[in-house]
Amino acid sequence: MTATSSRDDHYAGEPIAEHRSRLRATVDTILLNRLAVTGLIILLLLVIAAAIGPLVAPYGINEISIPDRLQGPSASHWFGTDDLGRDLFSRVIIGSRVSLMVGFIAVGIALLIGVPIGLASGFYGGAVDSWLMRLMDILFALPAILLAIAVLAVLGPGIGNAMIAIGIVYTPIFARITRGSVLTIKESVFVSAARSLGATDIRILRTHILPNVVAPITVQTSLSLAFAILAEAALSFLGLGVQPPDPAWGRMLAEGRGFFEQAPWMAIFPGLAIVITVMAFNFVGDGLRDALDPQQRSVIESRGQG
Amino acid sequence: MTAYVLRRLFQMALALLGVSIIVFSLIHLVPGDPVRVALGTRFDPDVHAALTKRAGLDRPILVQYFSWLGDAVRGDLGVSFRSGQPVADLLFERLPATITLAVAALFVALLVSVPLGILSAVRSGSKLDYGATAASQVAVSVPDFWAGIMYILLFSLSLRWLPPSGYVSFSDDPVEWLKHLTLPALTIGLISGSILFRFIRSAVLEALHQPYTRTARAKGLTERQVIWSHVMPNAWIPIVTVVGLQLGFLLSGVIVVEVIFAWPGLGRLALLSVQDRDFTVLQGAVLLIAFVFLSVNLIVDLLYGYLDPRVRQK
Repeated sequence: MTATSSRDDHYAGEPIAEHRSRLRATVDTILLNRLAVTGLIILLLLVIAAAIGPLVAPYGINEISIPDRLQGPSASHWFGTDDLGRDLFSRVIIGSRVSLMVGFIAVGIALLIGVPIGLASGFYGGAVDSWLMRLMDILFALPAILLAIAVLAVLGPGIGNAMIAIGIVYTPIFARITRGSVLTIKESVFVSAARSLGATDIRILRTHILPNVVAPITVQTSLSLAFAILAEAALSFLGLGVQPPDPAWGRMLAEGRGFFEQAPWMAIFPGLAIVITVMAFNFVGDGLRDALDPQQRSVIESRGQG
Repeated sequence: MTAYVLRRLFQMALALLGVSIIVFSLIHLVPGDPVRVALGTRFDPDVHAALTKRAGLDRPILVQYFSWLGDAVRGDLGVSFRSGQPVADLLFERLPATITLAVAALFVALLVSVPLGILSAVRSGSKLDYGATAASQVAVSVPDFWAGIMYILLFSLSLRWLPPSGYVSFSDDPVEWLKHLTLPALTIGLISGSILFRFIRSAVLEALHQPYTRTARAKGLTERQVIWSHVMPNAWIPIVTVVGLQLGFLLSGVIVVEVIFAWPGLGRLALLSVQDRDFTVLQGAVLLIAFVFLSVNLIVDLLYGYLDPRVRQK
């Protein structure tokens, strides 16, 4: 601390222990943001529900009981029952597993493909850049859900393929955001300094560029999770994602469609679960953006959910 | 400006070419023989041979691609594996319904977002601003298909104000046309509008804090003059871009919403073709939607170039 404090006097107000103080500031800003904290708490509860779901769910997810079919919400069935007499509360809780899993894995795929593409594109420029970005532009030229549907038409419906399809859909966003950040950082003095010291490209990318593009990517990850969960719900609703009898929120909404008039709860509760989850990710994403990257106007946001 | 238009046209052609390669590959990436898959239990060797020949699937792949592309450019997208009807006819039958819905949804979105966005920015921190911002936060988290279902539950099944699904063409009965259009347009329009609202609000807010706005105020202009002649002209540029990007969202939203409201458009056709494994129809639908999407983006970019002279020079 003594070493830095003497320098602190010289550069009054400028944080020297960049990393630490920035992380501190970020955490502080997020904790001060009530919406972000609310979002974090909801997400924590969701993760717990997904993890210990079978323990808290009062009934089995496929426990069929025809005499109890289409019952409204009551003390024994909080969210009512569906057309096969299955307990909706249990199914909504277990459904959180699908949403979270698809969300995380799909966004993980998009990150793993998109970030290296963006890094290479921004760092090397020239022909590499223009080819990679043209390819991303082509993916961007198709509406998100349509692209996912086309991918699923080839791969066949199912939860694993839905994750791949959603991952492909969101890859260009990560590639573009990473590229944009790399382009600005590439010109920094510390990059030229590293290069003049003989650092290899890989080393420059790993130790100097990557840490500096983490902020926009983190923000994007959180917002993309919200959209990935919406996309999974839409695909499952259309019958292309999770297959019956597994419970997924989108799937449950589709099953409730035939019973609108007799059993509106079949459509209401799974939908509310989606809204709350997506809202939580959005709150956290917005909070992260305010804390890390106030300048960034999210590409994904302007592109819309779909 | 001409150079800029030409450059954008060339870029669009390039993107379309890329899309065409992806769309063409669709049918070849499907495991197995696509015609056999599509025919399923209705398999008949003669029909199979005829469809395979009609789709050109018995020729070398590069020859197939170029002849498919050549036909597509001339408006021939092959025949449906299911019904045997020309794909182009199927698509153009449904295009008007989709365009009607997308335009109506955009109308709803702009009607909600532009006045509210400007007002929220001008009176930022007011109750109106808080209310509108909170509402938009919720709306962007609502899945479009669930919103549609809730509207049906409320406005059709409970209140019985509007029909729950279906389509009536304008020439048949304008009143019924509007009634059938209202719920699907609201479903997409309100969600899209809430995304637009956030952008319009921040674009106006940013322009409000620029030095030229301060100068305009210092010159003694009225607040109305400041906003309409100094703030808004600068705020329109980002707004136009986002509206353009929103059209992509509208086209996406249209696919799912068409299914819910039994709206006979392209999105529903695309989805049915996936369920029926009718790959030529899927190819045609994806190609057409991508073409519409890219054309809209092109128009938006040209408009952008018109609004902001700096863009043309880049």
